[in-house]
Amino acid sequence: MEQAQDTLLREFEEKIECGFAIEPKDRMPAGYRKHLVRQMSQHAHSEVIGMQPEGNWVTRAPSLRAKQILLAKIQDEGGHGLYLYSAAETLGVSRDELIEQLHTGKAKYSNIFNYPALSWADIGAIGWLVDGAAIVNQVSLQRTSYGPYSRAMVRICKEESFHQRQGYEIMAKMMAGTADQKAMAQDAMNRWWWPSLMMFGPHDSDSPHTGDAFKWKIKRHSNDELRQKFIDKTVQQAEVIGLTIPDKDLKWNEEKKCYDHGEINWEEFSRVIGGDGPCNKQRMEHHISVHNEGAWVREAAEAYSAKQQYSKNV
Amino acid sequence: MTADNQLDVWEVFMQSKPGANYIHAGSIHASDKQMALQNARDTYCRRGEGTSIWVVPSSAIVASNPEDNGMFFDPANDKIYRHPTFYVMPEGAKAI
Ligand SMILES: [Fe+2]
Ligand SMILES: [Fe+2]
Repeated sequence: MEQAQDTLLREFEEKIECGFAIEPKDRMPAGYRKHLVRQMSQHAHSEVIGMQPEGNWVTRAPSLRAKQILLAKIQDEGGHGLYLYSAAETLGVSRDELIEQLHTGKAKYSNIFNYPALSWADIGAIGWLVDGAAIVNQVSLQRTSYGPYSRAMVRICKEESFHQRQGYEIMAKMMAGTADQKAMAQDAMNRWWWPSLMMFGPHDSDSPHTGDAFKWKIKRHSNDELRQKFIDKTVQQAEVIGLTIPDKDLKWNEEKKCYDHGEINWEEFSRVIGGDGPCNKQRMEHHISVHNEGAWVREAAEAYSAKQQYSKNV
Repeated sequence: MTADNQLDVWEVFMQSKPGANYIHAGSIHASDKQMALQNARDTYCRRGEGTSIWVVPSSAIVASNPEDNGMFFDPANDKIYRHPTFYVMPEGAKAI
């Protein structure tokens, strides 16, 4: 028995080694499946919960153009959640279980969405920085070893560049505006910069799950590598529109050809993940109440379908 | 918490333009055919990715088992006479 398990694991790891994708019906170690369900569901929940801070500004968007863009962006995020849920479901977990895990707190979502969107400039900062950070991560995940996850990432990446550009456009417009508008944009930058860096997770030296994830090619780049990539491409974009990165230690390192950055406040990170962020309670309560209030719609749809079946049979 | 019904799972296949193959896009949840089509369009076709959609209840899909791949797909490899390069053409014959 144990020997059969060993052979199975060796075959699986050889396949991964050769760069083959793993598909739903392939045999895979329980740990691989478990890691994927956790990561993909967390990713799906993040897309869905991420609609809340932006949804907060739909009715107050400053123009019809801005409102249409924001609505389309939020709809995409809902779609991303659905791609990822459906990819996670190929591993044998049901949508119902996934949602229950979110509601009971067993499954997490990205910490960034526990921060509030206080002004219109926050919508710019979210699109530019939060989606920008997400893109760096998602581009890397396009080459993840699990086929359905990788395909969902390819689809998502195609849609993300509009998200980041619309956010950057908002920031650029505000930075070309009045002194108040500029101050608003800088304030949003100051509040979103550090949480965006935290999106990549703990430093490689203190991140507990990475061993297997790398060996099984679920993860292709480390947290610190991805964070560095994000910083290096974002600094120039900030400079072009006159925004200051709120990090006095940020400095170009000529030797390493990348930016050095200041200390990330990991204490804040674990506090917010632990439930004590500005919006944790609000985000979850909203999701649960919408889910419960929508139950009758699912019931009605089922009843209608049953009735159609019935009238076809008589 | 009682089990909540998340409706049935359907597989979505999309044709990007007339004449192209239908390609699997992913899956969606729906209670009937019409909802399945509409959800498939909203989920997988927001930017003109398709001009035609098939939806199939996931429970109706029959898939081959990867563990049988060796046996199941083997016959194709040794029948090289199925490929045009197997045949010796007379010197000088053209357009064949
Ligand atoms: Fe997204
Ligand atoms: Fe996005």
